[in-house]
Amino acid sequence: MGDHSHGSPSTSGTVATAGQSDVEKFQDPGLPPHRPRRADKDPRAEKRAERQVAILFVISIIGTVLFFVGYFGIRLDDTIATLRFQNFTLGMGTAFAMLGIGVGIVHWAKTLMPDHEIVEERHEVRTEEDRRDAEQIIGQVLDESGISRRPLIRNTLIGAGVLAILPAIGIFRDLSKDMNPEVLRHTMWDAGVRLTRDPSGTPIKASDVTIGSAFHVIPEGLNEAEHKLEEKAKAVVLLMRLNPDELNVSPGREDWNYNGIVAYSKICTHVGCPVALYEQHTHHLLCPCHQSTFDLTQECKVIFGPAAHALPQLPISVDDEGYLVATSDFHEPVGPSYWERG
Amino acid sequence: MKALSQRRRHPLAAVALLLLGLLVTGGLYAVAGNVNEAKAQTTNFSAQDIEEGEKLFVANCATCHGIGAVGAPQGAHGNQAGPALIGVGAAAVDFQVGTGRMPMQMSGPQAQAKPNQFSEEQTMQLAAYVASLGAGPAIPEEDLLDVAKGDPAAGGEIFRVNCAMCHNASAAGGALTRGKFAPALAGVSEAHIYEAMATGPQNMPVFSDANISPEEKRDVIAFLKTIEEQGSPGGFSLGSLGPVSEGLLMWTAGLGIVIAFTIWLTQRSS
Repeated sequence: MGDHSHGSPSTSGTVATAGQSDVEKFQDPGLPPHRPRRADKDPRAEKRAERQVAILFVISIIGTVLFFVGYFGIRLDDTIATLRFQNFTLGMGTAFAMLGIGVGIVHWAKTLMPDHEIVEERHEVRTEEDRRDAEQIIGQVLDESGISRRPLIRNTLIGAGVLAILPAIGIFRDLSKDMNPEVLRHTMWDAGVRLTRDPSGTPIKASDVTIGSAFHVIPEGLNEAEHKLEEKAKAVVLLMRLNPDELNVSPGREDWNYNGIVAYSKICTHVGCPVALYEQHTHHLLCPCHQSTFDLTQECKVIFGPAAHALPQLPISVDDEGYLVATSDFHEPVGPSYWERG
Repeated sequence: MKALSQRRRHPLAAVALLLLGLLVTGGLYAVAGNVNEAKAQTTNFSAQDIEEGEKLFVANCATCHGIGAVGAPQGAHGNQAGPALIGVGAAAVDFQVGTGRMPMQMSGPQAQAKPNQFSEEQTMQLAAYVASLGAGPAIPEEDLLDVAKGDPAAGGEIFRVNCAMCHNASAAGGALTRGKFAPALAGVSEAHIYEAMATGPQNMPVFSDANISPEEKRDVIAFLKTIEEQGSPGGFSLGSLGPVSEGLLMWTAGLGIVIAFTIWLTQRSS
């Protein structure tokens, strides 16, 4: 081993030999001397520890009784105070019932149960022999199953294994009852649908929307819709009015606002939280979930945060009676991106 | 007493102290919150009120808002020391001055509530002067602030749709962009809640009578006062701030207890 002409420098034995001789000098210090606990020496301490454990178990019993007193003994009335008191007793009762047993058992084990050290010798390591046994078992299995001799069976097994995963994909895919991505592309908004207040459903006159106002808007008829919540999740809109001079309208959107009244989808394009924190002087819209910030004066362009694209704008106008109406559906899907969004 | 002193090093002692501290702080806050119960003055202002208000305005407000409340000249970037106050109405003055937000202590992301700088009468005179400059939202009538006449359930629905996104579902307030925030609503007087909705102070949008009717505003106030009085249905609300305060408690006190128990479990008994 000391010859440098064999093996790489790292496996040459000269350096290691010095280290090994050091290790050989190291003496096993053995176990520290056993130190008797107070309860081992003093019968009064033992008695005290026994009492403490019993008291902890009694605390657990009292906790369970407290739970049932709270559960059956407290009559709930119209005020929230009795509910609060009941929740308090249930919580405290359960906590003491569990903690009392747990702490008691640990205290018992630590103070009263024997604490002498036991050494269990590790059984001898037989590396080469074990490895040969394992190789032999695997070889025998492969041989007896004949997997290398019968490729037909092997290949069909691989095929079956791959296919067996597919039902899981099918199940998760069907978590949505209607996987037609077109439902995400359209909302209840359409030409002539009035903008109404959330939750009352009363229509909004353009003259009601003063500068600095923010209205939370649902489409007319939503409250009577068959799948109200599904429709509402796509169709909610925030309506705001600002000075028309402050709007930077891009070509093609000139008639989407009405005298500075603009309507934008309230569904964040990041993961779909309602973006409704409107600051009337900075004209920023803030999403409370991940702080995506949209600038209303730049057609709700993302100016901060993880959202990927601007909030969709709802084109609006007024009808003969002066109520605000949509002139079409959103021109792009609302909410977060999805595979088929394009 | 001996048993208590023996347990002062108990792993749960820190938690007990923390809970006690939370209780005391919450109790003090509740007491302090109930002090601010100023009632709105009547909206009929005399000519003398307007005259006195103008004097106060020139002396205290005109530096930023300009003589005649026409607003300060705009700077190069469209910034302005103080906006014009013509047409903001008596309600805006009663809110801004009555909650101590105006006169502003210093420039910042938003004017913050502080001890009132003007007496109730002076506030009324200032409101009279600003109201005389142009029509705007008036200080609400007593009838519209009567919580007993409001419907808390209906108000809760309006609150959750229109207000909860900024002010938190339990009205504990929340953060906005760049240092601005929506304040907590506990302890705010009925009149000031009404006036904030009607005038939209700072960056809060305006919720005019055409959007939320005066009766609906009363419902919202009734809801706020109801949840303020009844408190949480159980457990420590930790400021009702949601995952931030709850997470902080669990990561510090919760994990602290787990670590303390681990140390105790592996320690030799004496």
